Amino acid sequence: MSGRHGIPKSRWLPAYVAIYLAFLYLPILLLPIFSFNNAATTTFPLAGFTTKWYASLWHNTALLEAARNSMIVGVSVAILSTVLGICAARAITRYRFRGQRAATGLIMAPLFLPEIIFAVSLLMIILQLGVELSLVTVILGQVIFCLPYAMSVLISGFGGFDRSLEEASLDLGETPIGTFRRVTLPVVAPALVSSLLVSFTVSLDEFILAFFLSGTEPTLPVYIWGQLRFAAKLPGVLALGSVMILISILLLTLSEIIRRRAEHRLRAQGALHA
Amino acid sequence: MAVLSGTEVEQRPAYPPKNRVRWTASEEASGLALISPTLLYAVALLFLPILIVVAYSFWTQDYLTIDRTFTLQNYRTALGEPIYQDLLLRSLAISLVVSVVTVTVSYPIAWFISFHGGVHKNLWLFLITVPCWTSYLLRVMSWKVILGYGGVMNTGLLSIGIIDKPLTSLLYNSNAVVITLVHSWAAFAILPIFVSLEKVDRSLIEAAHDLGDNKLMSFLRVTLPLSLPGVISAFLIVMIPTVGDYVTPKLVGGKDGVMIATAIQAQFGKGANWPLGAALSVTTMVIVSAMAGLAVLALKLLVRMAK
Repeated sequence: MSGRHGIPKSRWLPAYVAIYLAFLYLPILLLPIFSFNNAATTTFPLAGFTTKWYASLWHNTALLEAARNSMIVGVSVAILSTVLGICAARAITRYRFRGQRAATGLIMAPLFLPEIIFAVSLLMIILQLGVELSLVTVILGQVIFCLPYAMSVLISGFGGFDRSLEEASLDLGETPIGTFRRVTLPVVAPALVSSLLVSFTVSLDEFILAFFLSGTEPTLPVYIWGQLRFAAKLPGVLALGSVMILISILLLTLSEIIRRRAEHRLRAQGALHA
Repeated sequence: MAVLSGTEVEQRPAYPPKNRVRWTASEEASGLALISPTLLYAVALLFLPILIVVAYSFWTQDYLTIDRTFTLQNYRTALGEPIYQDLLLRSLAISLVVSVVTVTVSYPIAWFISFHGGVHKNLWLFLITVPCWTSYLLRVMSWKVILGYGGVMNTGLLSIGIIDKPLTSLLYNSNAVVITLVHSWAAFAILPIFVSLEKVDRSLIEAAHDLGDNKLMSFLRVTLPLSLPGVISAFLIVMIPTVGDYVTPKLVGGKDGVMIATAIQAQFGKGANWPLGAALSVTTMVIVSAMAGLAVLALKLLVRMAK
């Protein structure tokens, strides 16, 4: 059996891919299934359909409070890490300078560090400075965690940018700010939106930093962590978890669509110029 | 026109000699200026805090006061106390097993997408990464539901009739930790391997076939060595962070699956011994980095031998 490029395609590989996908998706599909199950336990066979666990979410003030905290943190983290990400990604793709690799390495380092280590180190410095733990400290910490993700999205968005467009605009008398607004921004906008969505999703799901730095104001994952000790609370947590998973998937799909469309447009333009 | 523009050029000041170009206007200065907000942020909230952890690991604490005289006592405790030795060894062993398993089971997927993904490569990558973007805490919780005594796996196997009483060996041990972590890190392993497989020149593989190599030989002698950079970064990106995982051992590890992060966290909570917590953190980082370095060397050696 021979695939494209004359590279052999074995018969077992598609089966392996199917099993692997099942392994990947099993845990995130089970939560929604059990969240509609009319029983407080998570066993098969299912006990019938109910939406009561979802209904119970709306009357839970602690949960709504946590959801509000998560929104505040998520939006702030998304904006901050995207703005900081733009500066760094633009500097890296547009200019060459000494220390570029070291700077990039430091900003991307959280990807290669155990999260507990920088959670603990931030906690130490914050308490040492006498700063009270609050949502602000969670935001400050999560931006460090989200920056590598925002950066990767932005670097790939800026990387395909044709610098001569900007130069042409400047030569034709447009101010640097006008050039950024009318030439640069429309080209890189999809990457910006992608970065905002990805950072928001990462922040929404982030647990360790929020757990260490949130003080008395829990975000949703910290709230869930607190509920896990009580077996009776499990169905409510499953319903909440299903909603959160749905939100994550929707945001990521949206970000992917925006990015893909922009890529298509750029490619079409490239073909036109050629 | 040509004459006009010629005079214009002459009227402009001549280019200043190189050493007189103002540094502030140079490409280097612009680049540094632009990256400085992000860089300062990372220095203040990532680099400095880690330096402080290192400093603390050489200090001692007496209730609430910190004694800043240099001491190695914390490291003696971290490396000498049997409980920390056990936790450290177990964490290292788990992270090594998890990274080897993750890279091994993920390689064929990356290979499949790269060589047989066709026009839908992006869609495949998206499908693979989606589960990894959903809440980590929720996925670990879900594994608890799957592997538990009355969980999905046991009740499922019971109802099919493969087993006649629930297995207790599924949850609350290091196997459960390994399974959950492999699941968590799958996409992080697939992406770098995929990227390096994309760079493999397909004609080299064809050439190997034409010259009489069978499938396995051409894979071992061409594809695998060329994709090694991806395998190495996959290895590092899985191994180093997993050593300090907190959630998974807490939720599915039980007594047998406790890892070092629990001990580190305890020093900042009830135990309240920051210097010891700092020393445990530094020790873990140093040892896991050294181990990762050795593993990368071993990997390179193995591939060279296979050639």
